[in-house]
Amino acid sequence: MTELAKKRPEFRNINALKDLPTYRLPAAGIVSILHRISGFIMFLMLPLIIWLFDTSVSSEYSFARFKAAFNIGLGVFPGWFIKLVALGLIWAYLHHLIAGMRHVYMDVHHAVSKEFGRSSAIVTLVISIGLTVVLGAKLFGLY
Amino acid sequence: MSVNYGSKRIVTGAHYGLRDWLAQRVTGALMALFTAAILVQVLFSRGEIGYDLWAGIFSAQWMKALTFAIVVALVYHVWVGMRDIWMDYVKPVGLRLVLQIFTIVWLLACGGWAVQVLWRL
Repeated sequence: MTELAKKRPEFRNINALKDLPTYRLPAAGIVSILHRISGFIMFLMLPLIIWLFDTSVSSEYSFARFKAAFNIGLGVFPGWFIKLVALGLIWAYLHHLIAGMRHVYMDVHHAVSKEFGRSSAIVTLVISIGLTVVLGAKLFGLY
Repeated sequence: MSVNYGSKRIVTGAHYGLRDWLAQRVTGALMALFTAAILVQVLFSRGEIGYDLWAGIFSAQWMKALTFAIVVALVYHVWVGMRDIWMDYVKPVGLRLVLQIFTIVWLLACGGWAVQVLWRL
């Protein structure tokens, strides 16, 4: 082994509690991990998403149940909780969609640079969180 | 060390993930276009957005066929993504296989349910 190879720092066994909070993730990194997290959330929530689709299109009667889930509640969950979960899904979808479009845009070799990586990541976060706030306010009847 | 580049590169038994990489982007783009198609139909509608308008969007035969294709695209897209997650974070092969089988069953079940909803409209 050469002298140079020996000196290279090794990062192994990263401690989730000790190392991750102090790790300064750049904006592009935040968008990347949120892309993964939002996708995973939607995967787990898929039955709820299809239930919402099912009840909203099947009949007038089921449409009333769909609306009641948000206003009155669903089973043991109160309406505000269902709204909160729906808002979480709205965020996950918006983030995944916008980050995905950024991904494809960069894949076709548009402006693949460090600067564009950072600026487009910030734009992704601003649009996805901004739209989530606007739609969330509507969902909770603030306007 | 043996040469493993250029014409000597060993390529047996793997596509180096290109097919899945491309499929994930194509299916993602399709879903983005589908989202736009739904949004346009909702935003440019007249009158109250209620059951009739919402169910009417999906009851047209061309929308049923398109939505079916999108459901298939979604299942494929999520499979590639979830497989990436399991491969990155779950190292024991047995557990990874179990999670991958769970993912396939979960996705096929959800996909089947969505198609059932679509075709009884």
